[in-house]
Amino acid sequence: MSEQHAWLTEHGDYLYRFALARLRDPHQAEDVVQETLLAAIQNQSFEGKSAPRTWLTGILKHKIIDLMRKQVREQPMEDIGEDLPDEPGMDEFFFGDKRHWDEAPQRWDVPESDLEQKQFFITLQACMDRLPKKLASLFMLREVQEEDNEEICKALGITATNAWVMLYRARMSLRKCMELNWLS
Amino acid sequence: MLSCKEASRLISQSLDRQLTLGERLSLRFHLVFCDMCTAFKRQLGVIGSAVKRYRLAIENNQDIQLSKEAKARISNTIQSSQS
Repeated sequence: MSEQHAWLTEHGDYLYRFALARLRDPHQAEDVVQETLLAAIQNQSFEGKSAPRTWLTGILKHKIIDLMRKQVREQPMEDIGEDLPDEPGMDEFFFGDKRHWDEAPQRWDVPESDLEQKQFFITLQACMDRLPKKLASLFMLREVQEEDNEEICKALGITATNAWVMLYRARMSLRKCMELNWLS
Repeated sequence: MLSCKEASRLISQSLDRQLTLGERLSLRFHLVFCDMCTAFKRQLGVIGSAVKRYRLAIENNQDIQLSKEAKARISNTIQSSQS
C-alpha cells in the first residue's frame, strides 16, 4: 500500500510529461495518469522484474492508445476516408496531372535556433489540429510514440495498407500546411 | 521510371515499413533526377525530427508537473478505489 501510494509522488510528474508529449492536452494527460495508477494498483501484477517506472510507463502507453482508439471511434466516418484505398483526393491537391507535383515542394532549412524550432513546432501543432482527428492520432502514435504499425493497426482496427495510406495523407497535408503557414 | 506521386508514396511508406529491394532501387533512381521529391523527403525529415525534439523537450522539462490539485484528485481517487 505505502509503496503503491508512493508511485504518484515518485513517478506522477514523469508519467504526466510522458502523456502530455503524446496527447498535447493537459486534462487528457492528467486523466490517463490517473487511470494508469488505478490500473497499476488494482492489477497488482507488478512483480519487481522491472523498475516500477518502466512498468508504469508500459501501462500508460496502452492507456494512451485506448484513448486514441476512443477518439477515432467517435470520428464520423465520412471525415476519415480510410475506405478510399487509393486516396483520390490527393490528385487534385498535389498532382494536377496525376504524375508530377503541382507545386514544387520547397527546400526547407532545418530550424536551428530555439526560437526557430519553437515557431516551427507551434505551426506544426496548428497544422495537426486541422487534420481529421483520426489522421492526427495515427500520426502521433506513429511519429511521437513510435508505436509499431502492427500495434497501431490492431488498436485502431485498420489494415496495414490503410495505415500507410492514412499516414501518407497526414504527411502530405502537414507539409502543405507548413508551406503555407511557416516561413522557412 | 516512377511518377512523383508513386515516389512520394514510397518515401512516406519507407518511414512505416521496409521497402522491397526493387522499390528501394527505383526510388533511389528517381531521387537522383528529381529535386522536387528530394525536397519532399527532406520536408518529412524536418517534420519528423521536430516532433521528436518536441517530445524530448516536454519529457525532460522538470518544470512541467502535475498540478497540486490534480495530485490531490488522483490521490483521493486511488484511496476511494481501495476502500
